[in-house]
Amino acid sequence: MTTQEELPGASGTKRFLYVNRRAPYGTIYALESLEVVLIGAAFDQDVSLAFFDDGVYQIVKGQDTKGIGMKNFSPTYRALGDYEVTKLYVEKEALEERGLSPDDLMDITYEDEDDDWAEKPSIRIVSRSEMTEIMAAQDVILSF
Amino acid sequence: MPILHTVNKSPFEKSTFKSCLDHARPGDAVLLIEDGVYAATKGTAAAGLIAARNGDLALYALGADLAARGISEKSVIEGISVVDYGGFVDLVAEHDVSQAWL
Amino acid sequence: MKFGILINEGPYTHQASDSAYQFTKAALEKGHEIYRVFFYHDGVNNGTRLSVPPQDERNIQNNWTELAEQHDLDLVVCVAAAQRRGILDESEAKRAGKDADNIAPGFRISGLGQLIETGIESDRVVAFGD
Repeated sequence: MTTQEELPGASGTKRFLYVNRRAPYGTIYALESLEVVLIGAAFDQDVSLAFFDDGVYQIVKGQDTKGIGMKNFSPTYRALGDYEVTKLYVEKEALEERGLSPDDLMDITYEDEDDDWAEKPSIRIVSRSEMTEIMAAQDVILSF
Repeated sequence: MPILHTVNKSPFEKSTFKSCLDHARPGDAVLLIEDGVYAATKGTAAAGLIAARNGDLALYALGADLAARGISEKSVIEGISVVDYGGFVDLVAEHDVSQAWL
Repeated sequence: MKFGILINEGPYTHQASDSAYQFTKAALEKGHEIYRVFFYHDGVNNGTRLSVPPQDERNIQNNWTELAEQHDLDLVVCVAAAQRRGILDESEAKRAGKDADNIAPGFRISGLGQLIETGIESDRVVAFGD
């Protein structure tokens, strides 16, 4: 039943999209999703992260969890580049609905090995319709 | 490449269903399961969300979840197909990728 | 076709595990293969053998254990999520210095890599959660 297009590409990789639609701390989903991304990075797949709905709150600047007794895991997003996770798509409409702009987000960057290790932004602001196209282009969508 | 979206939240409690429709492309399929089936009923404040799509999505509701919640198939919005778990399996198989709107 | 199943919620509080169970049974009846059922987040709580639901209620853990026996299913509980929530097998309990384990028959504890592998090896991944 499996058709040719459903098999992994010639390089043997699949396109994985991690959909982040939940805010951090109130529930554990954001933290445990990030743990999947970090482990998944070792599998050499084509990985992207999508942030929309309340998921955009995961990557806002200035998170300080001292008062709630929980670990601040937001610095981990900034380390994603070291794991070669370099495509973080953030939906413009989701930011705007929440009174946020791209300036409210953490600086998340990676060093491009194909461009003399130049530092480049991992966050790519996309429109809602672009986000739907990104979702449609995946082999596996994981949402938690 | 059409996607199968599954929605399991009541549209009156969470904005999940609206967000799903906002992100669904024409030709995609949306399957309502669990508390998501409340969005399939006629005459609710959420029915307009479906009407606004003018039939460009393939909409389904899981019959067992409708029945469990006392929703008769007669009160399901026209154009929404009622499927059983086997139909759910077929929908997953027919679409290259599924997105669960959890 | 090969299906991978992801369950993100524990038993009873949410319908997720029940829905996943009905889906898995239907897929097997249609002749599909279940590559793996992966339990993550509170979903790991499906894998305790110590739950004692009332007699007249479904026993979700037993349902999974029996389905796994009948169809040789691979039921995998994420180790990191399980350790947080106190789901342990014999070796994990020993390693953590705990006095008991509670993993149910038919379930095994393993790493998150098993979820990624499920995504790579399955034709379809279906997630159930809250």
